[in-house]
Amino acid sequence: MTTPHARAALPAPLGLLAELTHRCPLACPYCSNPLALDDRADELDAATWTRVFREAAALGVLQVHLSGGEPASRRDLVEIVAAAHEAGLYTNLITSAIGLDIARLARLQELGLDHVQLSLQDVDAARADRIAGYAGAHARKLAFARSVVERGLALTVNAVIHRANIDRVTAFVELAASLGAGRVEIAHTQYYGWALRNRRALMPTRAQVHQAMQEVERIRQRYADRLVIDLVVPDYYARRPKACMGGWARRSLNVTPSGRVLPCHAAETIPGLTFWSVREYPLQAIWRESPAFQAFRGTDWMAEPCRSCALREVDFGGCRCQALAIVGDAGATDPACELSPHHPRMLALAEQDSEDADIHYRYRGRPVRAAVTATQTR
Amino acid sequence: MHERDTPKLPDRPRLAPGVRLHFDTMRDAWVLLGPERVIETEGPACEILRRCDGSRTVDQIVDELVTLYTADRTVIAGDVADMLAELVTKRMLAA
Repeated sequence: MTTPHARAALPAPLGLLAELTHRCPLACPYCSNPLALDDRADELDAATWTRVFREAAALGVLQVHLSGGEPASRRDLVEIVAAAHEAGLYTNLITSAIGLDIARLARLQELGLDHVQLSLQDVDAARADRIAGYAGAHARKLAFARSVVERGLALTVNAVIHRANIDRVTAFVELAASLGAGRVEIAHTQYYGWALRNRRALMPTRAQVHQAMQEVERIRQRYADRLVIDLVVPDYYARRPKACMGGWARRSLNVTPSGRVLPCHAAETIPGLTFWSVREYPLQAIWRESPAFQAFRGTDWMAEPCRSCALREVDFGGCRCQALAIVGDAGATDPACELSPHHPRMLALAEQDSEDADIHYRYRGRPVRAAVTATQTR
Repeated sequence: MHERDTPKLPDRPRLAPGVRLHFDTMRDAWVLLGPERVIETEGPACEILRRCDGSRTVDQIVDELVTLYTADRTVIAGDVADMLAELVTKRMLAA
């Protein structure tokens, strides 16, 4: 029911998350990718991505985030980066560095790559490699980071935070600064996909979260003249929900490896939504009219307490996928909000998970250890 | 604001790695793009940013804007210094 008037009022998206592949050499247990991954055989080819980038730019998108999986697992990454740049998009590569050698990095830079975001799992190699599920990853990442900076490329270090590394937030920032990064993301784990499955092994205690938040404030002041520190907040212990995606279908689009277009990374967990594919529709039509984008756009879908809330256009009711995961209803208020009747239960889940003394990760594509299987039924 | 919060300006301002000015044809505006940052710019701000290419001193940028806007040099110098200080604080100028 898109009237011409409503179309005119619809804001243009700013960002496109292009998930080039779900393949990844790492198996980080905090990964928010879906449990069922797209097959390599179904991946969009470079020519289709080229069209998608042009359509995105015409729609108003300014920045593309090339992600995955590991985008370097694509042999045609060079062609894809060139296409993104030629479409006029600010091109950001989100990588683990594994499988991306310096010669290819140099080629990406020549072709217009604007920025590199590198994930680090910990500040200590043994711990980091255990989280990544990949021996030797940390050392390669540090060498890669130095090459990025030496080449004059902008570097962001992304640190996903959870119970096994939350006590080293300050050390993460110090390491990023020593590598020459211009920006650090201290990203508390968001519990979707594999992270939700591993929540019991990942959830920090409330005291740890409190301490980590204080550390970030202190270190932000200390490094104000050297680094930008961005924080992705931990919402299980929050009082107000995050403005997930800046509002559903309001600022960005997410294209999966096989071409389905989602309003957010985890949207496919929501039953009953119909996603359109770039193989069948132009991006502009998907943005404006696809059922999944229309489902929770704006505020009309809201029930109480969101519907009459003064903050409904500030946080947009929080996260739909989290409402589904915890409450069982994607149309409910995000239980991270203390106005949700389910808020105490979400808090209790976090506290209960955080008290588990053992940390057993369930790694994507790897055998599950017996000790872990025993906990699966809870 | 404490004294120490006023950042030191570079001699020849240049946008930081990963930061660039882009003309957005859809919105008909210049935007400053950086990692996870989109900043809309207009008029004088854009004229200042376009000159942050590492070849001009702050004084030269001020001179060019005085000519461009036929405005009072003191006012322009103040505006340029304020804007550059803000960019330094946001880590959008090269050190």
